[in-house]
Amino acid sequence: MAEQYAIEMRNITKTFGSVVANSGINLAVKQGEILALLGENGSGKTTLMNMLSGIYKPDSGSIFIDGKEVSIDSPEDSKKYGIGMVHQHFKLVEVFSAADNIWMGQDKTGPILKKNRFKYVEDIAHKFGFDIDPKKKVYNMAVSEKQTLEIIKVLSYGAKTIILDEPTAVLTVQEIEKLFGVLRRMKEEGHAIIIITHKLNEVMEISDRVAILRKGEYITTVNTAETNEQELTEWMVGRKIDLNIDRPIVEKTRPLLEVRDLVIRNDEGSVAIDNVNFYIRGGEILGVAGIAGCGQKELCEAIAGLRPIEKGQMIHKGDNIVGLSPKAILEKGISMSFIPEDRLGMGLAPSMSITENMLLKNYRDGRGPLVDRKRGRADAEQVIKELEVVTPSSETPVRRLSGGNVQKVLLGREIKAGPNVIVTAYPVRGLDINSSYAIYNILNKQKLDGVGILFVGEDLDVMMALCDKIMVLCHGKVMGVVHAHKTTKEELGLMMTGVLDLSEKHEDKPAGIAKDSLFESNNREEA
Amino acid sequence: MDKVGVITSFIHNIVLLNIPLLYGTVGEIVVEKSGSLNLGVEGTMAVGAIFGYICGCFADSMVVGILTAFIAGALFGLLFAALTVSLQANQNITGLTLTTFGLGIYFFVGNGLRASGNWPTISESLKDGFSDISIPLLSDIPIIGNGLFSHNVLVYLGIAIAIFMWWYLKHTKFGLRLRAIGENPAAADSVGINVKRSKYLHICLGCGIMGIGGYYMGLNMSGSFNASCWINGYGWIAVALVIFANWSPSVAIIGTFVFGFFNTLRVAGGSLALAFPDFLGWLADVPTQLYQALPFIITAIVLVVTSIKNKRGRSGLPAALGLNYFREER
Repeated sequence: MAEQYAIEMRNITKTFGSVVANSGINLAVKQGEILALLGENGSGKTTLMNMLSGIYKPDSGSIFIDGKEVSIDSPEDSKKYGIGMVHQHFKLVEVFSAADNIWMGQDKTGPILKKNRFKYVEDIAHKFGFDIDPKKKVYNMAVSEKQTLEIIKVLSYGAKTIILDEPTAVLTVQEIEKLFGVLRRMKEEGHAIIIITHKLNEVMEISDRVAILRKGEYITTVNTAETNEQELTEWMVGRKIDLNIDRPIVEKTRPLLEVRDLVIRNDEGSVAIDNVNFYIRGGEILGVAGIAGCGQKELCEAIAGLRPIEKGQMIHKGDNIVGLSPKAILEKGISMSFIPEDRLGMGLAPSMSITENMLLKNYRDGRGPLVDRKRGRADAEQVIKELEVVTPSSETPVRRLSGGNVQKVLLGREIKAGPNVIVTAYPVRGLDINSSYAIYNILNKQKLDGVGILFVGEDLDVMMALCDKIMVLCHGKVMGVVHAHKTTKEELGLMMTGVLDLSEKHEDKPAGIAKDSLFESNNREEA
Repeated sequence: MDKVGVITSFIHNIVLLNIPLLYGTVGEIVVEKSGSLNLGVEGTMAVGAIFGYICGCFADSMVVGILTAFIAGALFGLLFAALTVSLQANQNITGLTLTTFGLGIYFFVGNGLRASGNWPTISESLKDGFSDISIPLLSDIPIIGNGLFSHNVLVYLGIAIAIFMWWYLKHTKFGLRLRAIGENPAAADSVGINVKRSKYLHICLGCGIMGIGGYYMGLNMSGSFNASCWINGYGWIAVALVIFANWSPSVAIIGTFVFGFFNTLRVAGGSLALAFPDFLGWLADVPTQLYQALPFIITAIVLVVTSIKNKRGRSGLPAALGLNYFREER
């Protein structure tokens, strides 16, 4: 008799219009096993899993659960078959308590809400080995707490198979370790676990087997113990690629941008950036690391002039830029590109073409009230050519491009203006390996040209390879600036969670203030 | 009229004239809690009014009138749900269309019946059914007793519906699920809640409640059909009251009386000025247009105040309000 799988998908095909998202995919997972589903962005991992969670229906192919063929028409069916999915973007009701988020999907409970539901949910959590505050509202939770809640939620509905879509993307190193501990325990209890990821080190660490997808097609499934990162990459990308990121050494200039005693408040009015000092020289990449919501976004916005600052100074080449309009700051050569979680949220107008998005930045340079489309088109063509943007034409609406190409357009437009300081946040967010490396090359090229780059990132491995120095923020405070080639991931992780504070290490020399500062003496007296 | 009598009748009128606002508001809260913004309250109330009134008169039964008004409103809601939930039409446009459509039906049916001489009048027994019922003891309280606790059966029904819906939303699992849908339909869907069915049910329920409010207005106008619609903008005030009430049916009761106070000043300002010339005499000089504008001015102020103090978790605004939900959206 053939081996019994908890879930088996055979020959699954799914198309969206003319786009084939999945084509003839086979996948199987056993009980008590962790299967990693590996693939680049757009390779169809999430689509495939959404067919198990009832969001999509396959066009053809069959799904077997415990050897029996089933049809999953809705999330309700999926729940019935014991499949639980923790989505990449959590599916939680923000204004509800933890308990209510679980309670709303419970079937066998009475129609009246009673106080004892909090106790009930707490007990369930304990049963699975978690500790949560059932009355805590989701909007007050940290990302890792939300993820824990999601896991408890699917477990409480009796899930036998648990799917996690990029669960580590938003976690710190320590939190990832904790999550992996939870997954291993669930595996021992006999759950089947599928984890979607594109991080190879995690695949090697946690999984028993790896299934690889490439551009919607099934490549192979291998035992993790019998493979290595290089081999997996080749399957995933389809060719050999160099996994090393260059860090060219460039002659550094005097500080281009200096920030002193900066205090910024966030939208809710609490302090987002707390007395921060730092500087960027030309020809260096300064990384900013920190867990989500530690003030990176507010810092970027303040530098670009989009957010008022509470206190402190920002000096660009010796000139004050506090209080200048975004346009004036732009004209000084400071450009910002911020890639938000939904990628299209900031910087580009999704339904406008590449040409029009180019014009958004420089329409003022044209003469008269009419827009100079010709020049916009020329700019667009140039960016498309130089950055190898894959697009049918320069008139294609930006939202129809894939994520990597959208980000290339955004970065390309910012570079086009010839800035001397680039502030970029999450430029490779959600990008596959190929596109990511293209972006790193773009940034390195700018660095070689003497541009100072502030790089807000989330992948510590990448930051340690690409950046010259890394500044770590925790709750808006600088935990220290370290040399990227001297630090370790563990050290950064501890700084990000505020356990390790290196900012006071050199008390004789104030942290974050350059020796050859361009602050003029009168500035200093004021400060 | 003596001074106490003027005040009592003023209070009485605040309730009597403005309860339709409560029906409209509570109905719209139920609809909005499902994440659907139905701007067609005015039209839905008009449809409930005309069909409730006609069927109630022909059957000579208030119960038939209430049921017909509810069903007419609910069917109008069904139309809204079919367009926005199933066909994914824009909610704002659909709501506005339904207002125009509802008023159109109202005048079409009403004028048609009048022109053919078949316009029904309220029978004496129906009038009796709409007469005041005094609550023992409470209605004996001086001044306010008769004003607050001696009303027709539809007033009590309206308050009862508001309190029930408050309890339903806050203390039942159906209410919890409905709120989940209004906040994050994808989250609700992912835990196996039937989003479509719940939206359909609650849109119809809410619109049915609005329909009863329309029927109330018809009865209160004694069925006198003329060039201006019975609803006369109450549906729009109800849309504003939803915000004032912060999406809570119990606060809607208070909101109704606050709005009702100014609304009633317009009608009763003259008699108040007459009864208390010393310190309310100036009321006679206030142009009635100001009173008509006041509910909207208050709404504007409330909007400003709520958006200033709008802390997360405090506002009852459903996060997904006005957004259509399509499961397979990428």
